[in-house]
Amino acid sequence: MAYRFDFTSLWDYAPVLVHGVATTVGLTVAGTVLGVGIGIAGAAARNSASRPLRLAVGAYVELIRNTPFLVQLFFIFFGLPSLGIRMPEWAAAVLAMVVNLGAYSTEIIRAGIDATPKGQVEAGASLGMTGPQIFRYIILGPAMGKIWPALSSQIVIVMLGSSVCSQIAAEELSFAANFIQSRNFRPFEVYFAATALYLALAVLTRWILARLGDRLFLKGAARA
Amino acid sequence: MSLVKLSGIRKSFGSVEVLKGVDMTVREGEVVAMIGRSGSGKSTLLRSVNGLERIDAGVIEVDGECVDPGQIDLRALRLKVGMVFQQFNLFPHLSAGENVMLALKVVKRMGKADTRAAAEQALARVGLGHKFDAYPSQLSGGQQQRVAIARSLAMQPKVLLCDEITSALDPELVNEVLSVVRKLAEEGMTLILVTHEMRFAREVCDQLVFMHGGRIIEQGPPVALFDRPSTPELAQFVGMVEAR
Repeated sequence: MAYRFDFTSLWDYAPVLVHGVATTVGLTVAGTVLGVGIGIAGAAARNSASRPLRLAVGAYVELIRNTPFLVQLFFIFFGLPSLGIRMPEWAAAVLAMVVNLGAYSTEIIRAGIDATPKGQVEAGASLGMTGPQIFRYIILGPAMGKIWPALSSQIVIVMLGSSVCSQIAAEELSFAANFIQSRNFRPFEVYFAATALYLALAVLTRWILARLGDRLFLKGAARA
Repeated sequence: MSLVKLSGIRKSFGSVEVLKGVDMTVREGEVVAMIGRSGSGKSTLLRSVNGLERIDAGVIEVDGECVDPGQIDLRALRLKVGMVFQQFNLFPHLSAGENVMLALKVVKRMGKADTRAAAEQALARVGLGHKFDAYPSQLSGGQQQRVAIARSLAMQPKVLLCDEITSALDPELVNEVLSVVRKLAEEGMTLILVTHEMRFAREVCDQLVFMHGGRIIEQGPPVALFDRPSTPELAQFVGMVEAR
């Protein structure tokens, strides 16, 4: 084999990689917080008494789950400016991730809500609680606890999927890798490093989410 | 003075009419047991008293609060009517104390210290003052049911509904729950129970209501009903129960 590996050439570009990792993390955190927020609201809406609201949220979920993320991103970044809606690439990236995760987490959280025993809702109602109070204080916590592993996986998928945002020049990790290999002509080393960084990020994300889930939702059942 | 008054209550599930015009009155401080075979409508009737089942016709009146089938907001009624369920229905993510405090906080909007004091008092009343911080999963079925009773009592309802509250319990745990109910009865709490504990009904209740086919077909003091049933349906039911 004639190829001589040379990882040292990456050192010159370390700041670019760091910037890429930081951007990926930033996109993921913003996308997760807002996306899960939309997911909770969406799940509540799908359980609401209003049929038009349920249908509207259902249409949103199906639209997003049945179209590619790349096309959603392009639509936001290249399509919306035709309507006069322009935004920087990072904002388009965050918006696309939020819209995408919002749809998937709506479905995931709804499954958790559906698993709430009917008797607990009745207990809340017979104590005089309103529908929104029952949702907030009785249904939501245990429902999130039940679906947290599934939601965590979806968040990792969105984090990895953010690599697609390099296509609109959002300066995240994949963008950084593309940039570096176009300068130092060391695609193996560069993408090897990028792969390792993504892997580390994914493992770290899962670990953090697992701890967070324990803190937030591991009450009652698992504490016995 | 009647505290609970049901007039002409009708309820259908699909094409099956489960309540066919029920009238019933419960006086303040009275303990009433509803008995009958499964499917006789007793649970549905009980659940309609606090609006968990929407009625199709009739009027429910509790302590001056009137509810008819058109009523959307049932919270005023539910503040007067507490309910304890067969399956306890404690909130699993909250400790015993938090279970009791939740509605005090968000429904009654009581302050922190008052909420805590009321919850401690309610748990003490069912003999579980020392289990304030225990989660439902750490409690026995009997203890869970007593927490559920405390949760209802803390809201200071005018009447407490008990829907087969010992049916999901192991036999050795039934008595601890029944003795709490007995104590409430002695303290003058108005109680409406659906129960299969005939001996308990006989000892504790002022009035027995026998339901059959969606109607109340016999009611009166337990001793009279058990010893001299005037309908063949009740005679058969009593015979069945006593044969067990």
